[in-house]
Amino acid sequence: MRLWRSSTFQFAALYMAIFAGSVLILLGLVYWTTAGFMARQTDDTIDIEITGLEEQYRQRGLRGLADVISDRVRSDPDGSSIYLFATPDYRPLAGNLDEWPALTADADDWLNFSRTDADGVEVPARARLFALRGGLHLLVGRDIRELVRTEALIRRGLGWGLGLSVALGLLGGLLMSRRMNARIEIINKTSREIMGGDLSRRIPRQGTGDEFDELGRQLNTMLDRIEELMQGVRHVADNVAHDLRTPLTRMRTRLEMLRASTGVDAGSDEIEDCIADADQLLATFNALLRIARIESGGRTLRSDRVDLDRLIHDAADMYQALAEDRGIELVADAPAASVIGDRDLLFQALVNLVDNALKYSPPGGVVRLGVSTGDRETCVAVSDQGPGIPDEHKGRVARRFYRLDSSRGTTGSGLGLSLVAAVADQHQARLEFADGDPGLVVRMCFPPREKSRI
Amino acid sequence: MRVLVIEDDQEVAKYICKGLREAGHTSDHAADGKDGLFMAASEPYDVMIVDRMLPGLDGLSIIRTLRASDNRTPALILSALGEVDDRVAGLQAGGDDYLVKPFAFSELSARLEALVRRSAPEESQSTTLTVEDLELDLLTRVVRRGGQVIEVKPTELRLLEYLMRHQGQVVTRTMLLEGVWDYHFDPQTNVIDVHISRLRSKIDKGFDRPLLHTVRGAGYRLGGD
Repeated sequence: MRLWRSSTFQFAALYMAIFAGSVLILLGLVYWTTAGFMARQTDDTIDIEITGLEEQYRQRGLRGLADVISDRVRSDPDGSSIYLFATPDYRPLAGNLDEWPALTADADDWLNFSRTDADGVEVPARARLFALRGGLHLLVGRDIRELVRTEALIRRGLGWGLGLSVALGLLGGLLMSRRMNARIEIINKTSREIMGGDLSRRIPRQGTGDEFDELGRQLNTMLDRIEELMQGVRHVADNVAHDLRTPLTRMRTRLEMLRASTGVDAGSDEIEDCIADADQLLATFNALLRIARIESGGRTLRSDRVDLDRLIHDAADMYQALAEDRGIELVADAPAASVIGDRDLLFQALVNLVDNALKYSPPGGVVRLGVSTGDRETCVAVSDQGPGIPDEHKGRVARRFYRLDSSRGTTGSGLGLSLVAAVADQHQARLEFADGDPGLVVRMCFPPREKSRI
Repeated sequence: MRVLVIEDDQEVAKYICKGLREAGHTSDHAADGKDGLFMAASEPYDVMIVDRMLPGLDGLSIIRTLRASDNRTPALILSALGEVDDRVAGLQAGGDDYLVKPFAFSELSARLEALVRRSAPEESQSTTLTVEDLELDLLTRVVRRGGQVIEVKPTELRLLEYLMRHQGQVVTRTMLLEGVWDYHFDPQTNVIDVHISRLRSKIDKGFDRPLLHTVRGAGYRLGGD
């Protein structure tokens, strides 16, 4: 039912309504000028005849009028003209109508009635009543069988015409909106691909030079500009990080050599601390560069079948000893499940989550790693029994360098979850932070295989 | 050992050559791809360090050409690119190891050492690894020290096997992550240290002579004092 909401369809529907209204007015005019004209002509003829007959009455009296009417009836065997001349108490004196119609006339003395013709068929008739001097009554009318039939024909024609134009208008509107939607959908599809991280995509143009082509050209130009700017920014960021990493690495090596040359005792603790600081700085730069690379697009991303259960058991195996040292129980319970993606990046994301869970779990707590598969998605879940994340922070914890006040005292770069979020994003996975009651449950949910574009 | 450094960045080349000299090795330097290829083909080197991006001829082409002419000199590829695909491409071209710039010299030195030892065909098809009085039977997966059986967990066993295959050499944490767990990633905490300290408590505790040493600022070394 998206069609009804599309603005092109609404546009087409409005256009069709105006079109149908115009057709209605036009057809009304046609009706009025054809059928209406015929009716008016009949009325005019009757009026003229009444004037003539009244003249006859005035000149030749009762007898004369009766003669004229009888003559006219005789000369019109079809009975297309109707006459009735009657006494003040409506007894017929002359004419081809057996009795005065029982119906009452309108304000102008016009009367529509039906009579039985010579063949015994009911035919419609229209007549005007006229009061003559001396209380006598005169009725002059016409057989309007033809008129009624013509009117009906015209009405039917007009009805068909209206129906057809509405149907054609509707069909045209549908086709037009379908076509417009198809072209807009091309633009939407490209936009979605770009939002998915592939900024190199452009809107295909049809070369017709119409408004859509022009719109596509404008958007493409805009995208070129955005890509240029983003590349510039990335370049600067990469260069800064790279340029800082190189001297930092050399400094670290020099410190190592200095330590080797000074021997173990004098000042070596200071040197050791310097090396540790340099390592931490390098780790932060590396993490930043890594996140930037992952976020900047799927080109370098591998897409293999990755067994999540294997990943989880490997992570548990790697962290089991650390958990035991901290008095935390690490439980891995993963049924076989797989997704398509980059094994190393997914492992990195999982390890970051496990690391966080171990960091925030109290001694004696339990950290669980698990996989759940459903029709809709496959989720990797890591839960701990730590303090959790307050609701108001849940949307922000994945930001770079974002740290909760309560975790200020602990070590960490504040980039761990950003990296998880970047990896999740590249796999079209949804990252969810839920309350474990107590603790935190982090879920990374992957869409069904066929829907995933990786 | 004799090392060939094919690197166009003068700074990096100087840094590597200086470090090698201080560690007691000899090194030759080639600043472009063609020179590097000619030197590698004509002189016997123990190991070569090849930058991926080079003027004239790129690093992967050099290695491919050498391998095609049956030159098996171990090669470590240096790269400014750090993504997994690049690593895979480098190893497929015949490279033996891959290191992303910038790197700590201790990491480079440990990896070179490992490459040179690996190419030396000394301990052939032996089913037992031995470091002094420590033994690992590769078939039964039993660890003994001084004839006494030591219980180790599967993870620790894999760690020990890797360390024993690189005995007497410095092994960095990254090398362990890649070699024992086969994942390329940055651990947030030093998970490796925990495993090492457990392993150490099993193989060294109660023995006079410690075998598993921590090399400060670099990594670990098993035996070879």
